[in-house]
Amino acid sequence: MTEVEICGVNFKNPVIAASGTFGFGREFEEYFSIEKLGGICTKGLTLNKRDGNRGIRIYETPSGLMNSIGLQNPGIDAFIKDELPFMEKQDTVILANLGGSTLKDYLEGAQRLNSTNIHMIELNISCPNVKEGGMSFGIKCNTAYEIVSEVKNICKKPLIVKLSPNAENIKEMAYSCVKAGADGLSLVNTFNALAIDIYKRKPVFNNITAGLSGPCIKPIALRMVYEVSQVVDVPIIGIGGIVNYRDAIEFIMAGAWAVQVGSGNFIKPDICLDIIKGIEEFMDKENVKSLEEIRGIIGRD
Amino acid sequence: MKDSYVEGIIYSNNEISSNIHEIVLEGEFKGEPGQFYMIRGWELDPFLPRPISICNRDNGKIIFLYEIRGKGTHIISNLKKGDTLNLLGPLGNSFDLKSKGKIALITGGIGIAPMAYLCRKLSAEIDFYCGFRNNIYYLDNIKPYVNNIFVSTENGSSGHKGFITELFNPENYDLVLTCGPIPMMNIVVKMCRTKIPVYVSMESRMACGIGACLGCSIETVRGMERVCKEGPIFKGEEVVFYD
Repeated sequence: MTEVEICGVNFKNPVIAASGTFGFGREFEEYFSIEKLGGICTKGLTLNKRDGNRGIRIYETPSGLMNSIGLQNPGIDAFIKDELPFMEKQDTVILANLGGSTLKDYLEGAQRLNSTNIHMIELNISCPNVKEGGMSFGIKCNTAYEIVSEVKNICKKPLIVKLSPNAENIKEMAYSCVKAGADGLSLVNTFNALAIDIYKRKPVFNNITAGLSGPCIKPIALRMVYEVSQVVDVPIIGIGGIVNYRDAIEFIMAGAWAVQVGSGNFIKPDICLDIIKGIEEFMDKENVKSLEEIRGIIGRD
Repeated sequence: MKDSYVEGIIYSNNEISSNIHEIVLEGEFKGEPGQFYMIRGWELDPFLPRPISICNRDNGKIIFLYEIRGKGTHIISNLKKGDTLNLLGPLGNSFDLKSKGKIALITGGIGIAPMAYLCRKLSAEIDFYCGFRNNIYYLDNIKPYVNNIFVSTENGSSGHKGFITELFNPENYDLVLTCGPIPMMNIVVKMCRTKIPVYVSMESRMACGIGACLGCSIETVRGMERVCKEGPIFKGEEVVFYD
């Protein structure tokens, strides 16, 4: 009932753990069987290992949090060697989140992921916490177009592009990425945001700004998913402050094929299970036979 | 498989000093000295749980000391006997209880909490050094388990006036264990240089508490390590401190 096919890949349910909030699944496997998830998005991977940012990395806000992790990750080769074997054993969809500082990084990264058993690539052109690359590729449509089309040329996996809400125009950005060959879109990544320590008279974060996520961004993320669903035909994965089944259903009704749960994983390690169960119960109660029935229902004539 | 958040029923929750509270929860909780729990007493606001280290645990009860610092700890402080909190844990690593010889425990402020648990479990000769800003607290719970207690307050209201590190000579000890403000622990590590083994219990802003978000990572000689997973107890010389 909850299954969904996205770009030829079957998800047993529409709930995916979002990149950067779920590691490679190991920590959560201690708390629940992660095979119950529709999919798992890896921590953002870069060609080379990254230590991430110094200083404060997490700062709570009303109904959310800011983070400046800075893409700390072991690098793609170490991922393939040390983490992927564990993930492959799980009966769930693996989305490898691919980041980079240069076009060459993205291409080389995609090349290496081609020969693995990951199911999809989620192209991260939206990380706000790295000095070079990252989100800067996801602000202007022409830069995004270029990077997506180059990656698409060599990519042998379905290519999902993760959009930044900081894009100049989210609808045009979505359209450009799809024109460049994106098989699907996921949105949104975190909002670029600022916090100040008034006693130190300095920004809280070393990088000055950081990424805001959590329930506080949900209504804006929902609006963006709706708007994007009006201009593209490819599958959309909705992300932004989802912490319960009602949030997830809202995203689906706005036009999402599936959803990712990010910050929500921090308030309860098995929150995704609650959301999956809630969706099933909702569908049962509301007599919804498939997600397609309600997908994008608010935008239909 | 480990439990996700489980409910603890509040047995008591009292202010023991200005802004410092002791909360006792009923339930079969596990945990060794140095480990912590993620604690929530609310739905979505505040968004994140609060990491709080175990202060004592026995006979179906677990005790935490906490300082009111923000909204979360303020909410916890208003809870009454019979109310519930949600707990995830125990999390993180713990102190080595097999340590022998003469051991100095050095605490600053609320850093006394895990050390109060530790001194009960160590079977060694312990000198307890505790620094406070203004008011002293919890010392009666420590006295029975240690050889000597040394106290300092910044305002001089009890014990030595000044910092606790001014009372301490590392050369008198085989091992030093410390928990408190990072600048204090930095001084303790420097005083021990590399001659006297020293372990620090680190504090960091946390989101998940289980090692996934990398939000609490600190710099160590091995690279970035998670306070919630590889820590919170680290070898002093392995932590990169900034002056």
